[in-house]
Amino acid sequence: MAKITLENLGHSYLPAPAAPADWALKEMTLEWQDGGAYALLGPSGCGKTTLLNIISGLLRPSRGRVLFDGRDVTALPPEERHIAQIFQFPVVYDTMTVFDNLAFPLRNRGLPEPEVRARVHEIAEMTDLSALLATRARGLTADGKQKISLGRGLVREDVNAILFDEPLTVIDPHLKFQLRSKLKELHHRVPKTMIYVTHDQTEALTFADTVVVMNMGEVVQTGTPEELFARPRHTFVGHFIGSPGMNVIPCTPENGRVLIGGEPFETANPPPSGGRPEGRFELGIRPEFLRIVPDGIPARLENVADAGRFRIADVTCLGHRLKLLAPEGQEIPADELKLAFDPAHSWLYRNGWLFEEGESP
Amino acid sequence: MNGKIVNQKAWFFVIPVLLLVSFNAIVPLMTVINYSVQETFGDNVFFWSGLTWFQEILRSERFHAALTRQAIFTGAILAIEVPLGVAIALAMPRKGIWVSVCLVLMALPLLIPWNVVGAMWNIFALPNIGLLGKGLNALGFDYNYTRQVGDAWFTLILMDVWHWTSLVVLLAYAGLVSIPDAYYQAARIDGASRWAVFRHIQLPKMRRVLTIAILLRFMDSFNIYTEPVVLTGGGPGNATTLLSIDLVKIALGQFDLGPAAAMSLIYFLIILALSWIFYAVMTRNEEQ
Repeated sequence: MAKITLENLGHSYLPAPAAPADWALKEMTLEWQDGGAYALLGPSGCGKTTLLNIISGLLRPSRGRVLFDGRDVTALPPEERHIAQIFQFPVVYDTMTVFDNLAFPLRNRGLPEPEVRARVHEIAEMTDLSALLATRARGLTADGKQKISLGRGLVREDVNAILFDEPLTVIDPHLKFQLRSKLKELHHRVPKTMIYVTHDQTEALTFADTVVVMNMGEVVQTGTPEELFARPRHTFVGHFIGSPGMNVIPCTPENGRVLIGGEPFETANPPPSGGRPEGRFELGIRPEFLRIVPDGIPARLENVADAGRFRIADVTCLGHRLKLLAPEGQEIPADELKLAFDPAHSWLYRNGWLFEEGESP
Repeated sequence: MNGKIVNQKAWFFVIPVLLLVSFNAIVPLMTVINYSVQETFGDNVFFWSGLTWFQEILRSERFHAALTRQAIFTGAILAIEVPLGVAIALAMPRKGIWVSVCLVLMALPLLIPWNVVGAMWNIFALPNIGLLGKGLNALGFDYNYTRQVGDAWFTLILMDVWHWTSLVVLLAYAGLVSIPDAYYQAARIDGASRWAVFRHIQLPKMRRVLTIAILLRFMDSFNIYTEPVVLTGGGPGNATTLLSIDLVKIALGQFDLGPAAAMSLIYFLIILALSWIFYAVMTRNEEQ
C-alpha cells in the first residue's frame, strides 16, 4: 500500500520532442492517495494508458519521477513495484487451470505451496471463481477471464495499487454492470489504491471517488463526480461529462457581467468590474440549468428528443444552438419560448479554462 | 441433424474435383497396386503373385537398412530444425525495418529449386575446390563427404537444416507476432521469468503453427529425394541411400516393378500412418 506521487512527469514517444504536440503526456504533478478509488477519464488517445503504464512501470517516462510513499521508483520494473494491472483484453494463461492462473504470480515469487493454496481459495471466493478452479482457463467467457485477470492482481498481498485499463471493453453489456458492482464491492473489502482508466463517463462516475479528467495529454481537472458536474474547470470537462454536455456560448466580458448578442448575463465567477480582460471568452451552462420560464430571453424550439425521465430540447437562442433538459411533466411550448439562465451555474471561461480573477491569461 | 440444411446438389460441385483427383492420384495409385501383386518377365505379360512382393520387401534387409537411415535422417533434422527455428523466431525483431530484412533473408533458401540446392552444396562441400570442404580441410579436419560416411551424413543434414529451418522460423514467427502485447505486460507484472513467458505464453500460442511445421517437415523429409541424390547420390556406398533413393534404384535401376510397387505402397502407408498418429496426438492434447 502506498501513496503514489507523479512529480513533473512528462512523456513523449519521440526521441527528441520539441513542439507541445510531440508530448503524449504534458508535464504534470499528481498525487494518488493510498486506498483511493480513482478513475482516469478521457477520450481515446488522450494519454490515459500512457500514464497508467508509467505508474505500473511498463513505460519509463521521458522526464519527471514516480514516487511510491516518497520512494523513487521511476527506474524500477513492474515486478519490483508491486503493482497489479488488468488490461482491456483479458489475459489468461491458456494452458493452465483457473487455479494455476491465480497461483501464477505467487509461485513466480516463490511463495510456499500451502500459502499459495490458501490465498488462491480466498481470492477465488471473492471473485466468484471457486466453482471453476479446476477448469481450464481457456474455455471461460470474456467476463470469467477478466475475473481471472482481476484475481491475479488481488492475490498478491504486497500489491501497492491495482490498475485497470478499460477492463470492461470486451464484456457483454448486461454483465458490465455486474462486474462494475463487483469491483466496487472488492474495493470495500480490499482497500487498495485502484486506478480505473476509461473513456466511459458512467463507468468512471460510478466506480470512482475521485475522477481525473484528461485531454490531449493533459490533466484538465481532478475532483469528485459532483465537482466535475457542478464546476467544470475547463469547457472540455463540461462537454465530456454530462449527457448532453455543457452549452458553451462565446461572450464578451464587460463590467462584471458578460454580453451575448448585446444581452447581459450574470456568471458565478464574474469578470472584473473595470477594464477589458484579454482572451477568448465563453459562457458555459449545463442543460440542466437552462429553464423555460414565462418571461425571459426569447428562443425558438428546433427539436425535442425524449430520453425517458426527461426530454432534451434543442433551441436557438441569441443566434446559438443550445440544449436544455425539461423534466418530466414540464410543458415545452411549441416554436417560441422564453429562457432563464441560472446565474449560480453559469461559468465564465477564458481560453477554455474557468476564469479566475487575478490570473494571467 | 443439428439443424443443418442437407442439399444434395452440393455433389455437383464436388464431382469435378473428384474426377481430377481420380486422374492424378487414384488412377496412378491403382497402377502401382496392380504391379505390386503381379510378376512380369517383360513383353507386357503378367502373372498373379499375391502378396509375395510385400512379404519379400518387409523381410528384406536392404529395406530395413534404408528405412533405418530414413528414420535417422528425419529424426535428426526434426530435432535440429524445430528448436533452432523456434530460437531464431524468438530472436527476430518484432518491429522496425529489420523485420522485412529478416523475413526476406529467411525466405531465400525456400525459393531455391531443390536440385539447385543439391548442386550448390555438392560444389560448396567439395574437399578440393568447395569453400566449405576446402575450408574444413584447411582448418585441419579430414573432411571428404564423397568418401567418408560421417562426413556425408554431416553434409546432408547441414544442407537440409540450411534449406528448411526457415520454414519453421516463418511459421513460428507468425505464431509469435500474433500474441498481443498485453500478454507480455501481464507476465511482467505477474513476475514471470523469461522461461515462464516462453513456456506459458509463447509456446502455447505457437502450438498450432508448430504442429503444421513439424507435420510438413516430417512428410517432406521422409519423402526427400532430389537434394540427397544430387549431393551424394546415396553414397558413399549405400550410406546415404534413403528410402526414396532406394526405391528409384529398384524401380528404374533394376526394373523390378513388382517389388518397387510393393515398396512404394509400404512407404506410402508408413508416411500416412505416422502423419495421422502425429496429428491425432497433437490435436487431442489441444482438446484436453
